[in-house]
Amino acid sequence: MWKFIHKLASPPHFYSLAPKLVPWLTVPGLLLIAYGVYAGLFLAPADYQQGDAFRIIYIHVPSAYLSMMAYMIMAVSAAIGLIWRIKLSHAVAAAAAPLGAWFTFLALATGSIWGRPMWGTWWEWGDPRLTSELIMLFVYFGYMALRAAIDDTAKADKASAVLALVGAVNVPIIHFSVEWWSSLHQGATLLRKDGPAMDPAMLYPLLAMILAFTFLFGALLMRRVRTEVLFRERRTRWVKEMVLSARGRS
Amino acid sequence: MEGLTMGSYGAYVWSCFIMGGLVLLICDWRARSLQRKVYRDIEVRIKALGDEL
Repeated sequence: MWKFIHKLASPPHFYSLAPKLVPWLTVPGLLLIAYGVYAGLFLAPADYQQGDAFRIIYIHVPSAYLSMMAYMIMAVSAAIGLIWRIKLSHAVAAAAAPLGAWFTFLALATGSIWGRPMWGTWWEWGDPRLTSELIMLFVYFGYMALRAAIDDTAKADKASAVLALVGAVNVPIIHFSVEWWSSLHQGATLLRKDGPAMDPAMLYPLLAMILAFTFLFGALLMRRVRTEVLFRERRTRWVKEMVLSARGRS
Repeated sequence: MEGLTMGSYGAYVWSCFIMGGLVLLICDWRARSLQRKVYRDIEVRIKALGDEL
């Protein structure tokens, strides 16, 4: 087991493995998104209260879930990198940040668009869910800015890892904010003690979209980590040999 | 037509779906372009330094 993990964490091994994994993540992701978009837009019945506006859920919930999942991947990878000094972990953390920022932006933007017809406002500063999600976007920006500001990769890894770990406290705050404080935002729809509060005709497209976004996020993360590995290892012999052998083939 | 108007919520719903597609496309394009740029920079560097590396 340790031998397998050690091999997986080796930059050259990961660099050659990642492109083999990408199609296995992209193809199911695209198939699921095709079903999810079609079923979510045209097969699922309109909500009895929100009408067709509820269909925004099929973009908003997967992106909000991924915004937090990307942060957890970033924070856990940063912690592993700090504790066990595994180079690949820092590369994963650095690669997850811009993707997480994009999905956080998407969650905020779609939430705002959904809020306009339902709440009568694009944004409510006093709302804990909206504000804590916005703070997470700023933490992502801070993480990326900190990395960009430090030239030394090892120092950038350490400093940004500490920031990622401190910012992780915001993730449970986002998740439980609708329970802890009074919020315009509706409560949990899927992760409830008594099961999802949705009709199966609405639920299945949502699950498909969540899975699709997860698969596509995985594919994007693989590509990003691969680039990060290549950049970090640019002065090593294996990269030089790989580039020279690719040039020889072309 | 009814499917497109989404009962007066069409602008909200469609803008969210289009935005979702755009974000996925931008992330994909950015991942590819970064990979190409890093690889090209390494190629140029290897070419410039030759066997000194």
